Amino acid sequence: MSHALAMFLGFIAVTLWITWWAARKSAGANAFFAAGRSLTAWQNGIAVAGDYMSAASFLGIAGIIAFQGYDGFMYSVGWLVAYLTVLLIVAEPLRNAGKYTMADVLAYRLSPRPVRAMGALSTLTVSTFYMIAQMVGAGALVSLLLQSTGISYQTAVIGIGVLMIVYVVFGGMLATTWVQIVKAVLLMAGTILLSILVLAHFGFSFGAFFDAVGQVTYTNAQGNTVTQDFMTPGLRYAPPYGALDLISLGMALIFGTAGLPHILVRFYTVPDAQTARKSVVWAMLIIGSFYILTTFLGFGAATIVGRDFIAANGGNNMSAPLLAQALAGDVFFAFISAIAFATILAVVAGLTISASTSFAHDFWTNVLHGGREQREGEEVRVARITAFFVGGISIVIAIVLGPTANVAFLVALAFAVAASANLPVIVLSLFWRRFNTTGAVCGLATGLVSSLVLIAMSPSILRADAIFPLENPGIVSIPLGFLGAVLGTLLTREPQAEHKFTELSVRANTGLGAERASSH
Amino acid sequence: MSNDDDPTPLSGSATDVAPLGRSTPKPLHELTADEDRDVVDWQRLAATDEFKSLLKAKARFVVPATIVFIVYYFSLPLLVGYAPALMATKVFGVVNVAYLFALSQFLMAWLIAWAYVRAAARFDRMARAVVEKGTR
Repeated sequence: MSHALAMFLGFIAVTLWITWWAARKSAGANAFFAAGRSLTAWQNGIAVAGDYMSAASFLGIAGIIAFQGYDGFMYSVGWLVAYLTVLLIVAEPLRNAGKYTMADVLAYRLSPRPVRAMGALSTLTVSTFYMIAQMVGAGALVSLLLQSTGISYQTAVIGIGVLMIVYVVFGGMLATTWVQIVKAVLLMAGTILLSILVLAHFGFSFGAFFDAVGQVTYTNAQGNTVTQDFMTPGLRYAPPYGALDLISLGMALIFGTAGLPHILVRFYTVPDAQTARKSVVWAMLIIGSFYILTTFLGFGAATIVGRDFIAANGGNNMSAPLLAQALAGDVFFAFISAIAFATILAVVAGLTISASTSFAHDFWTNVLHGGREQREGEEVRVARITAFFVGGISIVIAIVLGPTANVAFLVALAFAVAASANLPVIVLSLFWRRFNTTGAVCGLATGLVSSLVLIAMSPSILRADAIFPLENPGIVSIPLGFLGAVLGTLLTREPQAEHKFTELSVRANTGLGAERASSH
Repeated sequence: MSNDDDPTPLSGSATDVAPLGRSTPKPLHELTADEDRDVVDWQRLAATDEFKSLLKAKARFVVPATIVFIVYYFSLPLLVGYAPALMATKVFGVVNVAYLFALSQFLMAWLIAWAYVRAAARFDRMARAVVEKGTR
């Protein structure tokens, strides 16, 4: 049995034990959807980081830096700065005014059924797209990492899908949280170790390290061997649209992170807004350190392993594992591969629980059944069934698309929808008294549709025939989302919503009447 | 909670938050927005000087901080995109302005977060004063 497989199985064993422990410990809706709201700041902070740093971060960014140098690192920056939006604007009011989902905050003063229906639709869209991207990437990756054991793409996808369903269905939010915590700790440990090894390779001399980055040799598309300064911008984002695309991506990150349903629901797992705030700060420390260290992962792979070798051995996503192999041999390669696997599992589990919660709480209970459970415990039961379906559908789609499908655009799409549909209505609902139901529905619809349409017309789908020249639609779709929300609002008046704004504002700012932690 | 004459659903009506599926009366901490609405006179509370100064204090921090971080962040892709020569200027070795500017973004984010946490301790005190007034 290969080292990698043994480590994968070890991680699976630990997480299944966590799930068993969580299943015994928790009962009831508060426990299933929000881990009893009794996590501490550091626990939730690490879990937020674990929920957020996907395979796209760990493998993807290391790969982009290894292949395109500085431009890839610039990618890293936005992922941290985005948390300022979460910290300054969204986390605390959300915790004070909501219960289980993003739509709770909207339904607080707007007409609940339409905004919950739209909120659930947008949550499910973001979560499933993001999940399919993760699953396809994960399947390809796991079969590549476990090449020697002959595990196929299909087996890998089904395995990941079944595991995430098990975590969520049996362990709920508590198990999901601890899987994310374990993953985040492993990911940080692996990243720090790799960075130290990279520096050790250069005799712990930053000068030698950066000198090597200044002259990376590789074979370009024309087959010529070239030496390039990887610190110089412009290797990825070239004129005429490069800068615009980059700004557009930045907008999607800065405004989208605070609209990602699986991140938002994490703030319901702590006892109060103060803890939510502290957990964002914990998350920022971890996420920031991680993305700074991508310097060593990415440039390390470019200089020590070399672009040509990575391209010949699985492509740019394999940069970090191959770097580990080059520096410390097969056992370390297995360890880094297991971390990549853990990373994927923790993220898909987070996506599954946020999608299931939104369907059960927003759509099933509140839209279809007028806010009342027909039988005791129904909401949790529906969420568990939804998790099965969400997982099953993702497995099927991921298998149909196959390992070679280009799914990177799905991540861009998820962020674009979060930034263009979710964030405008959350912000306006919290801060604009005049805002109303029509505005929320229009905003969500415009943001959702414009993101989908613009991505469909982008180079990601239409290649050279693209009608819309940017891969990231944010620069157009975010203003459209806001515009839709504002115009929709101005078309109608809703005195109820305006009256209730006072109450929302007092609650959001003081925490008066906020959901409390349940004692176990 | 439904009003039969008016087809418009009331915001914050019974659909607002699902009951948690228990047959006994809910404990206080599980009351929904609607059920404990009358515990607090929101309008009166919102009109107090304490609450108004809380909102003002928050806005005085959050608005400038948001503008600063957005301007600072977007100047990175803007400068990299439209002033590539400046950004490629080497500072020491091959380390250039672009890389240092990108690194400074991390510092900026952490500094603003730190400043916010400090300021928020004051907001918490002010919020407690409002709550005390409201529940007295």
